[in-house]
Amino acid sequence: MSPDAAKPVAVDHRAETDLRIEMFLGHLLRLGVVLAALVVITGGVLYLNGAPSVIPDYKVFHGQPRALTSVPLIIQGSADFQPLAIIQFGLILLIATPVARVFFSIIGFAMERDWLYIGVTIIVLALLLHSLVGDVRILLNR
Amino acid sequence: MNAIEFTIVVALGSFFGGLLGSLTGLGGGVIVVPLLTLAFGVDIRYAIGASLVSVIATSSGAAAAYLREGYSNMRVGMFLEMATTVGAISGAILAARLPTPTIAIIFGVVLLYSAWVSSRERDDAPTDQPPDKLATRLRMDSTYPTAQGRVAYHVRRVPLGFVLMYIAGVISGLLGIGSGSVKVLAMDQAMKLPFKVSTTTSNFMIGVTAAASAGIYLHRGYIDPTLAMPVMLGVLGGALLGARILPGAKVKTLRIVFGVVIAAVAVEMMYQGLKGHL
Repeated sequence: MSPDAAKPVAVDHRAETDLRIEMFLGHLLRLGVVLAALVVITGGVLYLNGAPSVIPDYKVFHGQPRALTSVPLIIQGSADFQPLAIIQFGLILLIATPVARVFFSIIGFAMERDWLYIGVTIIVLALLLHSLVGDVRILLNR
Repeated sequence: MNAIEFTIVVALGSFFGGLLGSLTGLGGGVIVVPLLTLAFGVDIRYAIGASLVSVIATSSGAAAAYLREGYSNMRVGMFLEMATTVGAISGAILAARLPTPTIAIIFGVVLLYSAWVSSRERDDAPTDQPPDKLATRLRMDSTYPTAQGRVAYHVRRVPLGFVLMYIAGVISGLLGIGSGSVKVLAMDQAMKLPFKVSTTTSNFMIGVTAAASAGIYLHRGYIDPTLAMPVMLGVLGGALLGARILPGAKVKTLRIVFGVVIAAVAVEMMYQGLKGHL
């Protein structure tokens, strides 16, 4: 290896810590996706097993009923084995996987005592949670 | 066609969408949304909702494979996520206010741009960039593995990248796609990240960006479980197969052919939008 070959760096400790955390998070994410897919499949099988005779009308937009848009109601519906609520619950698990990754990144940055990036990550997490559980606040206000 | 047949047909279409999206680097969303709206007559809002969850599935599902290589730059990714999540939330809010034909026309324009980007050769930024004051202060400079060991690189033009990432977020939230082509533009061209670093960092960011608007779409009732179920499972399956066969695949021809097809779809999308049909 020639010494001036694009500045190789001997050991990069930060990159190695990053990589270890990244690998752990990667597996965690995949587990989350598999879990979400299994829940969605379960709901889907239950839905199709109920032999729905007509295809829902997707041509005209009418939105979903509240039972399928509010996180607490979806959890409640899944506990009651409602097929569509179970599918939505699986989709919520899926939406939660990147949120979980951002959450665990805080730990990674904390291990490096990187306060700047702990702050940055908390801002990103707050934005995500605001979007994901925004309706909990609406429920409490009602 | 009954509900079971419809589910199977949508799942198969989404599978090919996910496969082609992964092989060409365009992502499943740009194929799934036109497929659902143009071929199945689905309202574009339902199509966007279903596409968005499939984007998250692809991003999170592929993360482990991408991360093993050790290219992604978490600091750059997380810093720019502030821009993309705010953008995604703005995009989701905008989606509720814009008439659907306008959304279809914007979708067509973004499709054309993505087709152009993917059919073009990407030239790797040279690693000998001079250090940048802001990037240094934000500790963004890092190293990445090459055949000669880890090579250091400097990150450039953070503010420009930040603004472009905001736009990528708006597009993602408005159209339900990963908008990887805009993210890669920001990181490759503006911030001069090495090609592999920007690709892997972009994959991480796509999932987080989509999650920011998916919550809003869910609360708005845009995510229809009976439609999102086959789309999400199909795209995920296709993307995973695509990732597996990609190393041995001859993607160059595929990219050019596919670029032409996507361009035709984009024109159709804009035409239908102008006629007010979507």
